[in-house]
Amino acid sequence: MGDLGYIAPEIILLIGGLFIFCLDLAYDPGVGKKSGLSYMALAALFLTAALVAAVLQLNISDPEAGPKIAYSMMTIDNFGSFIKVTIFSGMILTTIAGGRYMNRRSGNQGEFWTFFLMVSLAMSIAASANNLVLIYLAIEFLSITSYMLAGFLRENRRSNEAGLKYFLYGSIASAVMLYGISLLYGATGSLYLHDIAASFSEILGESTEVSGLAFAALPAMLLILAGLGFKASLAPFYQWAPDTYDGSPTPVATYLSTASKAAAFAVLARFFIVAMASFELNWVPILAAFSIITMTMGNLAALRQSSVKRMIAYSSVAQAGYILMGLVAVTSSSPSAMDGLNGVLLYLFAYLFTNVGAFLVVMALEETVDSTHISAYRGLIMRAPWLAVMFTVFLLSLTGIPLTGGFFGKFYVFGAAIQRQYFWLAGIGMINAGIAAFYYLRVVREMFFTSESEGGTLEVPMALQTSLLICTVVTVWIGVYPSAVLDWVSNASVQLLSVVP
Amino acid sequence: MESPDSIVLTILLFWPLVSALLVILLGSSDSFIKKLSIWASLLPLALSVYLLFAYDSDMGGMQFEQFAKWIPQLNAGYHLGVDGLSIPLIFLTTLLSTLSLYYSAGVINERVKEYFFLMHLLEFSMIGVFLALDYVLFYVFWEISLVPMYFLIGIWGGENRGYAATKFFIYTLVGSVAMLLAILGVYFATGTFDIVEAAAAQPFAGNLTLASLAFWGFFLGFAFKVPSFPFHTWLPDAHTEAPTAGSVILAGVLLKLGAYGMLRIMLPSFPEASVYWATWIVGLGAIAIVYGAFVCVAQTDLKRLIAYSSVSHMGYVMLGIGAAAAVMTPDALDGAVNRFGLTGEAIQDSAAMALNGAALQMFNHGIITGALFFLVGIIYERAHTRDLARFGGLATRTPHFYGLMLVAAFASLGLPGLAGFWAELFTFRGAFAIMPYWAAFGTIGIVITAVYILYRIIQNVFLGEYDPSKHSHWTTVQGEHADGPTDMVGFEKVTMWPLVAAMFLIGIYPTPLVSYFNQSARELLAFVQNLG
Repeated sequence: MGDLGYIAPEIILLIGGLFIFCLDLAYDPGVGKKSGLSYMALAALFLTAALVAAVLQLNISDPEAGPKIAYSMMTIDNFGSFIKVTIFSGMILTTIAGGRYMNRRSGNQGEFWTFFLMVSLAMSIAASANNLVLIYLAIEFLSITSYMLAGFLRENRRSNEAGLKYFLYGSIASAVMLYGISLLYGATGSLYLHDIAASFSEILGESTEVSGLAFAALPAMLLILAGLGFKASLAPFYQWAPDTYDGSPTPVATYLSTASKAAAFAVLARFFIVAMASFELNWVPILAAFSIITMTMGNLAALRQSSVKRMIAYSSVAQAGYILMGLVAVTSSSPSAMDGLNGVLLYLFAYLFTNVGAFLVVMALEETVDSTHISAYRGLIMRAPWLAVMFTVFLLSLTGIPLTGGFFGKFYVFGAAIQRQYFWLAGIGMINAGIAAFYYLRVVREMFFTSESEGGTLEVPMALQTSLLICTVVTVWIGVYPSAVLDWVSNASVQLLSVVP
Repeated sequence: MESPDSIVLTILLFWPLVSALLVILLGSSDSFIKKLSIWASLLPLALSVYLLFAYDSDMGGMQFEQFAKWIPQLNAGYHLGVDGLSIPLIFLTTLLSTLSLYYSAGVINERVKEYFFLMHLLEFSMIGVFLALDYVLFYVFWEISLVPMYFLIGIWGGENRGYAATKFFIYTLVGSVAMLLAILGVYFATGTFDIVEAAAAQPFAGNLTLASLAFWGFFLGFAFKVPSFPFHTWLPDAHTEAPTAGSVILAGVLLKLGAYGMLRIMLPSFPEASVYWATWIVGLGAIAIVYGAFVCVAQTDLKRLIAYSSVSHMGYVMLGIGAAAAVMTPDALDGAVNRFGLTGEAIQDSAAMALNGAALQMFNHGIITGALFFLVGIIYERAHTRDLARFGGLATRTPHFYGLMLVAAFASLGLPGLAGFWAELFTFRGAFAIMPYWAAFGTIGIVITAVYILYRIIQNVFLGEYDPSKHSHWTTVQGEHADGPTDMVGFEKVTMWPLVAAMFLIGIYPTPLVSYFNQSARELLAFVQNLG
């Protein structure tokens, strides 16, 4: 029973998904009627239950207590639980806001919300998995359900394109990752992250020279990074992202750019910090290079976009580069206020609420004026003042202006980089912050700098407004008083870093 | 029961924020918002006057300090305090804010609620920078001051406002992020975000490379704001496009934040790096003085001219700070003693004088340039152009306007008896003793200043015969048609007179003001001398 309790969030989601699926089969609302909103409500309910379960698993009071192992393949630690809390929060907000959007665009609501819960399940497993096969299965499960969700609007060509593109890139990425996993298994004879680490440190002994079987770790690392980098939309594996985000139904794009990214980063962090501990000297420069390329490419591409949805898509690529900066600067040796990993977690948490909020604004505009083009935002302050103000909060948070969560996220990852004296990395991040400000401000400019307003006041659906308000409040709360969140993220990171061999 | 002094800074800081929220919550009609804003802004003004009198100069140092926990995980707290340097600057902030709100009430009729909300928010952030004694807090206020100004320029600005606002935001943002990295560096070197404690711990002492990196990180952040040559290119655009009150606050207070940061953070925290790089600061300052003045002569737009004059005048501040920095440490002082054959005391006096000049110039520039931007706004409301070629002979038509402009312009060029004179005298007197060649070079700027003030402004706009064919479209300040230029009306006079009175007061009897600055200048020099 003990082990079963550890995976309570996953069990709740599984039951929820199957329940909606069966209900959809058994219950026929009658011709012309749609039951999408009730399925949406059910999905939100189960996600909330899973969120509560994950929060209960967070062990804030006693950070010294070690992680719990469920069925040998899942590590239930604060790190994983915090990632789950982050993921579920994003999924709930997206669910509440996206119900009406999906209801108006598609008839197969039962399936949609079933998959939606399954995606959450897959991410949840990925956050805790400590075995390479389970990691692979979770990522693959996440990918396949995401392909279907991205292409869910069957009549819409762009949605089809989004699904197909995601699938084509994704299947290659997962094949590459699988190859990397097999290399690691060949070299160490184990699939457990801890065992891999132990066996490598045995092979290497005291020497810092990578030789013999340990040499297999280097290509394996790159191959697995390619697979996970695809999920986290790191350059150069991000080409699918803008098209997929742009074409997918907006609720799907929302979680793909936030929750799904958080899951990928959880796996990345666990894999590199735990399994590849002996090779830190090798992976730090690799990840640093990826970080720089990702933020620069993402920002430069975002500069040229005229669709706000696409712009946020590219910007979320760039944001992944900043998050990676925290991982590059992880310090496991000595306790520190900014150990890099807590920066990653804080950034992910703040970024999730910010970016979900940004996508919800895009969704609101799609709902009301049916456009994602930047010209649709012209004079928004006159037509929907609160929407414009909230979007400004999100854009400022993405820029990293204080009193928003995005600031402390950047503060922590830049801090970790400075602590490790990676001045060049922080310097490139600084220049990128300037570039990014330009395109975020372009939207603010459109929204505020004109007094003319075409069209009347926008009627934003109530559910969407609620989600938006929550996103705004959390974004500002982290920016004004980050203390509570800092306790969570620091406990989470310390617990993962303390088990590093 | 705690004495009211223990929370006076918190009230001073948060009252503008409360005012901003009141504007949003209670703002039912435009005229009510305007009245509410003006009355609300009197409290911070009164509190800053109280601080001027209540500051105990015998005791010196930081007073009215407040501590509270904020982010214990980072050892970053809510730490406020004021000293002789910050109190006059806070007074300047609240004074210009009140005058700006009062003036804006007369000319802003579009999107009034947003405007006054943003003005209060701006005051909040500026006071925050001057009060904060914690790096995180300082940075938070520093950065959020960008946001309201960005909107003020972008919404109520001129034709090219979008470009100017974005340029302003991005330039200063890049500088700020550089400063953020330096702040983080200081944190990891000292383990605290407290500005006073960190300075006492002397981050990177003995390691000139790292100290220089941090020094330049801070310098970038501050230099973009000052703005120091060659980081000044955002300024003419931002000033020219900003609404009048925006320009006044921008020139009057926001530019001071940069120089304030140099005095509060850079000099005490990195004395060795400051000595090492002092020549650069002095050089950049002197170049800014001369270059800014020459560019002014070439301007055809009155507002742009005054904007460039800010580049020139803030150069004096840099010159004074740099000169003092050059002889701060005991070693550097000994070096200067040997070089010039003067006593150490004489050199220290010169350094203090340079610092006093710099700080006085900050204050005076705020008053003088603030007044000049108000005056430009006053004429622009009537002529709807700032093209110098279309003005001429206004002296006879608008005598009141002419008189006030004359005082402000002469104060700006440093006429004895007006405020600007003392700042220039102190700065150059101090700098001559330490960096004679750069100071001599800087004096070229004084001459050129006289050229653009007398020739471009006074002669071009006011003297000569009034020629109606030059510019035909005149209105009154309310926007009704007029046959020619009309003189200032009541609310404009009320806005201007306090500033003009201050120019005379400081010009005739600068001692009270200088004594505040002198206090903190001496403290700064003594702090660095006694470090070893």
